[in-house]
Amino acid sequence: MVEEPITYRLIKDYDLMVNILRATIDPGKQGTMVVELSGEENRISQAFNYLEKAGVNVEPLSREIQHLGERCTSCTACVPICPTGAFEVDRNSWHVSFDSEKCVACLSCLDVCIYRAIEVSLQ
Amino acid sequence: MKTHRVKKTYREINEKIRAGKVVVVTAEEIIDIAERHGFEEAAERVDIVTTGTFSPMCSSGAFLNFGHTSPKIKATKVWFNDVPAYGYIAAVDCYLGATAAAEGDPLNSIHPGEFNYGGGHVIQDLVAGKMVKLRCEGYGTDCYPSLKFEKNVTLQDLRDAVLFNPRNAYQNYNVAINMSDRIIYTYMGVLRPRMANVTYATSGQLSPLFKDPYFKTIGIGTRIFLGGAQGYVAWPGTQHSFNVLRGENGIPREGAGTLAVVGNMKEMSPQWLRAVSYTGYGVSLSLAVGVPIPVIDEDMMRSVSLSDEDLVAPIVDYSRYYPTGEGEDQLGEVTYAQLRSGSIEFRNRKVPTGCFSSYAKAREVADHLKTLIRSGAFLPSQPVSPLPGAKEGLL
Repeated sequence: MVEEPITYRLIKDYDLMVNILRATIDPGKQGTMVVELSGEENRISQAFNYLEKAGVNVEPLSREIQHLGERCTSCTACVPICPTGAFEVDRNSWHVSFDSEKCVACLSCLDVCIYRAIEVSLQ
Repeated sequence: MKTHRVKKTYREINEKIRAGKVVVVTAEEIIDIAERHGFEEAAERVDIVTTGTFSPMCSSGAFLNFGHTSPKIKATKVWFNDVPAYGYIAAVDCYLGATAAAEGDPLNSIHPGEFNYGGGHVIQDLVAGKMVKLRCEGYGTDCYPSLKFEKNVTLQDLRDAVLFNPRNAYQNYNVAINMSDRIIYTYMGVLRPRMANVTYATSGQLSPLFKDPYFKTIGIGTRIFLGGAQGYVAWPGTQHSFNVLRGENGIPREGAGTLAVVGNMKEMSPQWLRAVSYTGYGVSLSLAVGVPIPVIDEDMMRSVSLSDEDLVAPIVDYSRYYPTGEGEDQLGEVTYAQLRSGSIEFRNRKVPTGCFSSYAKAREVADHLKTLIRSGAFLPSQPVSPLPGAKEGLL
């Protein structure tokens, strides 16, 4: 059980910029956070050591989001949900496209796509 | 009765189709044409306008007949891939609803549920030619002695498979917003708290009933494009209404008319019929519905050439008013042009919009119907009976 305010520690003690993209946290249960960390490289490694000692499992973002074109109907439900604008609508064809370069695998789109045209593969 | 300068009958239009001379355009193409030439000239030049939509339509399902077994069974409980169908219709007739969840599905016991497989998926699997497990039970009679039956079936094995949807093709619909401070999961999708996003439906300027606001040409017996097949308007849909708030242009400013539609599943295709799973809400079925509107006079041209700028939808709070009826029935109105722009102005904020009705596919439906009509493969039919609330115009 993690008993520390880890986000606060990352910012104050290791001088990192923490951008929380997705967090599922319930008291007494296992929680996960998808975060974007910026800062000096050695401070980041120190921060990871701290986190592991504090009982937090740290994994580099290795989830890949795939947009299944054959299932997508270009309804546009995903477009406003994506925080990084990875889904875009072409204003002429009204087709939706996915830019994997912009995707940070926060998984917000998974719940929104009713055609299950978005899949996550764990590596 | 008003005198029109342009007057066309179904018979004249269908003769033009047979002669290869019919002029058909989509409900999107007609907008520019009417603007350039005016209503009268456009009504003279254009014979038919095709409309289309591809959207989840929850009030859908199929009457299936799986043929008599040997020995015979009077099936009362029926399942297709563990999705229950309604079996209390004769011996081997049943109705499978699109929103039925598979037996044993956790539903929302751990909220929000995933609803991975249900009636909509069975219908999609059957239309795609897949094998589906049929299981049924009966209480046994002298003439129907069997108590249980199981068999793997495909769509072709079923004696009859009739898609019969009590309510499809809504004439206008709500724009959903969430004014509360917790996320909600609805049939209008995931709505984030404090007006963080809105969702909407209908294909706007391509939408069938929007383009015939007073049901002058669309009625019982109108031939339609349904899921890839030629189907028909069977009846007014459930919740059909016509005494609604309308704009000066006659367009309903809230959900109004609906259609009950019927078609042969064996003629449908997965390109035009897809199951959907709404997180936290349930399973449903998305359908392609295309309706040809004959330009019977210049007034009809006025209706069919309306654009997204002219079509208005009400903003409804799905966290409070929709589920409980408390609070204001609508919080404002927006045009479909504003919705389609990607964001709307609401209470001094820019709120991003998302749609469940695919405009790209609605265009495909209207285009495809245009091709079918031009080739003579689809003949628009005159309704045998008007929908409730229809104004004069049917010939």
